[in-house]
Amino acid sequence: MKSATCALALLGCSWGSGVYAVPQIQNWQTAEGARVYFVEAPEIPMFDVRIVFAAGSARDEAIPGLARATNSLLAEGAGDHEADSFSEALGDTGAKLGVGALRDMAYIGLRSLSDPVRAAPALKLLADAVARPRFDEEAFTRIRDRMSTALDYEKQSPGDLAATAFYAKLYGSHPYATPSGGTEESLPLLSVDAVRSFHRRFYTAGNAVIAVVGALSMAEAQQIATDLSAQLVAGPPAPALPSFTPSGPQELRVPFDSIQSHIFMGQPGMRRGDPDYFPLLVGNHVLGGGSLVSVLFKEIREKRGLSYSAYSYFLPMAETGPFIASLQTDHAQEAEALQVLRETLQNFANAGPTRAQVESAKQNLIGGFPLRIDSNREMVEQLAMLGFYRMPMDYLERFTAEISAVTPEAIADALRRRLRPDAWVTIVVGASAPE
Amino acid sequence: MAGQADVSLRWHFQSTGAGPTVFSEELSGAIALNLPLNRTLAGWLFATVSIACHAGTTQEFTLANGLRLIISEDHRAPVAVSQVWYAVGSSHETDGITGISHVLEHMMFKGTAERGPGEFSEIVAARGGQENAFTSYDYTAYYQQWSAAEVPLSFELEADRMQNLKLDPAEFVKERNVVIEERRLRTDDNPQALAMETTMATAFQTSSYRHPVIGWEADLKQLTVGDLERWYRRWYQPSNAIVIVVGDVDPPVVRAAAEKTFGAIEGRPVAAPKHLPEVLQRGLKRVEFTSESARVPMLMMGFKAPTLTQSAPEDAWEIYALELVAAILDGSSSSRLARKLVRGEGLASQVHIGYSSTARQASLFSLSGVPRGSVTLDRLEDALLEEIALLQTEAPSEEELARCRTQAVAEEVFERDSVQHQAYAIGALAAVGLDWRLKDGYLDELMAITPEQVREVAAKYLVRDRLTVTHLLPGGAE
Repeated sequence: MKSATCALALLGCSWGSGVYAVPQIQNWQTAEGARVYFVEAPEIPMFDVRIVFAAGSARDEAIPGLARATNSLLAEGAGDHEADSFSEALGDTGAKLGVGALRDMAYIGLRSLSDPVRAAPALKLLADAVARPRFDEEAFTRIRDRMSTALDYEKQSPGDLAATAFYAKLYGSHPYATPSGGTEESLPLLSVDAVRSFHRRFYTAGNAVIAVVGALSMAEAQQIATDLSAQLVAGPPAPALPSFTPSGPQELRVPFDSIQSHIFMGQPGMRRGDPDYFPLLVGNHVLGGGSLVSVLFKEIREKRGLSYSAYSYFLPMAETGPFIASLQTDHAQEAEALQVLRETLQNFANAGPTRAQVESAKQNLIGGFPLRIDSNREMVEQLAMLGFYRMPMDYLERFTAEISAVTPEAIADALRRRLRPDAWVTIVVGASAPE
Repeated sequence: MAGQADVSLRWHFQSTGAGPTVFSEELSGAIALNLPLNRTLAGWLFATVSIACHAGTTQEFTLANGLRLIISEDHRAPVAVSQVWYAVGSSHETDGITGISHVLEHMMFKGTAERGPGEFSEIVAARGGQENAFTSYDYTAYYQQWSAAEVPLSFELEADRMQNLKLDPAEFVKERNVVIEERRLRTDDNPQALAMETTMATAFQTSSYRHPVIGWEADLKQLTVGDLERWYRRWYQPSNAIVIVVGDVDPPVVRAAAEKTFGAIEGRPVAAPKHLPEVLQRGLKRVEFTSESARVPMLMMGFKAPTLTQSAPEDAWEIYALELVAAILDGSSSSRLARKLVRGEGLASQVHIGYSSTARQASLFSLSGVPRGSVTLDRLEDALLEEIALLQTEAPSEEELARCRTQAVAEEVFERDSVQHQAYAIGALAAVGLDWRLKDGYLDELMAITPEQVREVAAKYLVRDRLTVTHLLPGGAE
C-alpha cells in the first residue's frame, strides 16, 4: 500500500477574522489499484463511503441506458441476498445506500453509524452490492420498466425535453449525446447479459475511487478500503473517452403544448483541469452563476420580470463538458427573452465583466468556500470528484488562492477565446409558432 | 430517475423560494443535473418533516418586544446559518389574496428605506454568503449561511427589512410577473403538480390548506401594493418572528447582537389569525383529473389526519403512532409498499407516503403511486387499500417495528450533519407554536408506541370518511 499524506497548510483568507484550515486529506492506493481518499471527521458517530467508477453513460456504447441500468441494479439483490432480503438486512443496520449513474461516473454510497455493531454488516452489504450484484431477472425487468416510466415523465416535462435535445444537438455522435436514462429504442435492447458484462468490465478495482469521510481512525479507513478493493474484480482503469469535435451552431424548436417556452442555449465548455478553469469559473459566476446577483438574473428577472430562473454554468467533465444558459418564460414573451439572453451573452463575451463585478464574485467564491466542505456529505462528494478527475491533491487547499489570482483581464481574455456565439446551440421547447 | 439516490425534494416542493435553482457542479461531484423521478411524487401535499434532529447545546431567549431567539452550537466548521421565521404562510390567507405571503417573500429582496433593490443580496454575496427564502403553508422563512462572524450582519439586515421594507409599485409589478412565471413552471406546466393542487382543493373544503402556497393565478393578478403593505404590517412583527442560529457561535455574543438589532424594534401585538377549521367530511371524495400533456398516470390518496399541533397531550401518542404507520408502509426499501407492491406483485413503479405530523392544522396522511406497465389506477388503488386494511386488522410484528426504530435512531444521528437541517427542524416546530424541545424526546416517544397502538390509529384515521382519491389520467383516458 502506497500512502501519501497531504499535509495542508493553514489557509489565510478573508474568512471572517479567523483562519480556516481545509481538513487533512489522506490519500493512498490499494494493492489492486483503487485510489482512496479519506478525511477523518470524529464529531458525529457516523461515516460515509462513496465508491466512484468511470462507468457512466458515456460508456453505454450501442445501448444507451446500460450504465444506468447496471448501476440501479447494484442494490436490488447481491451476494446471498435477493432484493427483499437485501433491503431487510440493510434496514436492520439503519444505514442508507444510494446509487447514481451520470454521464462520466457511476457511484454507490453508504451512510452508516460508526458503531461497529451497525457498521460491519452495512459494509458487508456495500461490498456485496458493488462486487457481487445478482442481476436477477425479476429485478432487471422491474428496473427496465422503471426507466421506461422515467422516459414517459420526460415526455411530459418541457424542461427535461429541452435538456435532452440540447445534449443531442451539441454532442452529435459523441457518447455524451445520449441521455443517461436511455431512449425508447434502446431500452428493449437491454439484457441481463449486457448488464453483467458491463459490470465485469467497469466495476473493477483499477477503475475505482473510494472516498471515505467520518468518525473512523486511519486504520479503520484503511481496512474498509482494503476489504472493498480486494472484493472487486481486478481490472484496469477505463480507457479515455473519444475526443469531441463540435459541429457548429444549430437551432431547434421542439413543439410542445406548454404555457412556457423552455430555452437552453450553449456551446462546448471545458474539461476538468482546463487551464482557463478559474477565469471561466469567476467569469461565469458574474454572468449567471451567482444566484441572486448575476448579470443574467438581473437582466432577465429583476429588470424585466421575464422568468423565475435565469442562470448559466460550465459543467467541466472528463471530455469537453457543456456551457449552458437557460430560462423559461411565457410563450408570448419568448422572442423578447431570447433576444435579451442572446444580447446579454454576446455583450458579456465581448466586453467581459467590470472590475467591481469580478471583485464581488471573487469575494463570494472565496468567502463561501468553507460552505462547500462544511458537512460530511459535501466533503465525501469533493473527495470523490478530486479522485475521479485526478485533480491535484492540493486542489482544495489552493482553491481560494487560485480564485484570488484571477484578474478581470484574464477573464475577458478567456471569455473572448472561449465563448463563441457563432457556435451556439439553441433549443426552444414550447408552443410551435411565436405569437 | 431509476436507481438514483432518493434525493428528497420535499422541501422544495412545498416551498417556493425567491431564488432560482442553484448549480454547484463547479466543485461538487455531480456531473449532470439529473432530477430524480421522485420529484413529482415526493413532495405531494405536505413535506414529511421529521421531528427528530438533535443538535448540540440549544438555548432560547425572548426579547422584550416578543421576538424569540434560539441558538444551537455546532463547532465543526467556522460557519453558521441564521434564519428568521415568520409565523405566516398560505394557511393564514383568505379567498381573493391567496399567494400573498409568498409574493411578500419575493418583495423582501426589493429594498428598504435605506437599501436599494437587490442590495441585501449584494451585501451577502460579497461576504461569501448563501441566502434564500421559502414560503410554506404555515410559515415564511429567510436565511443566510456564511461565516459565523457574519451573524450580527444577518441580524442587522433582517431587522432592517422586518420594519423598513419599501414596497415600490414598479418593482411589485415586475415581481408579480416573476411569481406568475414561477407558478407556470412549478404547477401549470406540470400535470402531477396540477393534480396535487386539485386534490388539496378537493380534500379541504373550509380549511385554508385548500389554497396552494403559490396562490391561484386570478388572485396573483389582482394583488395590489396596498394588500402587501397591510399583510407586511400585520405579520412582520417581532412577536411573530423567531430567529434561529445554528453554527460555530458564542451564544452571549449572538444574544447581544440580537438585542442591539431586533431588540430596537418596537413591539406591537399581532392579532391571532382567524381559526379556519375543516368541516366534517361525510363519505369518500373522488377526483378524475385528465391532462392532454401527461404521459404518466398517477394515483393520489389523502386521509385527513391530526397533527401534534392540535392534539391534546393525552392524544399525542396517536401522532407518533401515525409516523410509525408511515414508516412501516414506506420508511425505506424494506417497507411494505416497496416490498409488496413495487417488488412482489409489481403493481407500482413507485409509491410514496407523506405525513407532516407538525402542520398547524389537521393535514393529510397521503399515499401516492405510479402504476407499473399496464396496471390500472383502480388496481393500484385496491392494492393500497388492502395494505391499509391489513394494518387495521393485524398489529405489525415487533421485528418490523424494531427496524423502523433502528432507522429513526440512525436518522437522528445523520441529520446532525447539516446545520441548515438542524435549524429547519427547530423552526418547523417553533413556528407553529410547538416546543422545539419535542425533537429531543422524539425517539423516546417512538420507542413507547406498541404494535397494537399502530393498528389502532390506522383503524381510526385511514378510513373512507377522511379520504380523497385522485386519478390522474394521461391523454384524457385511462
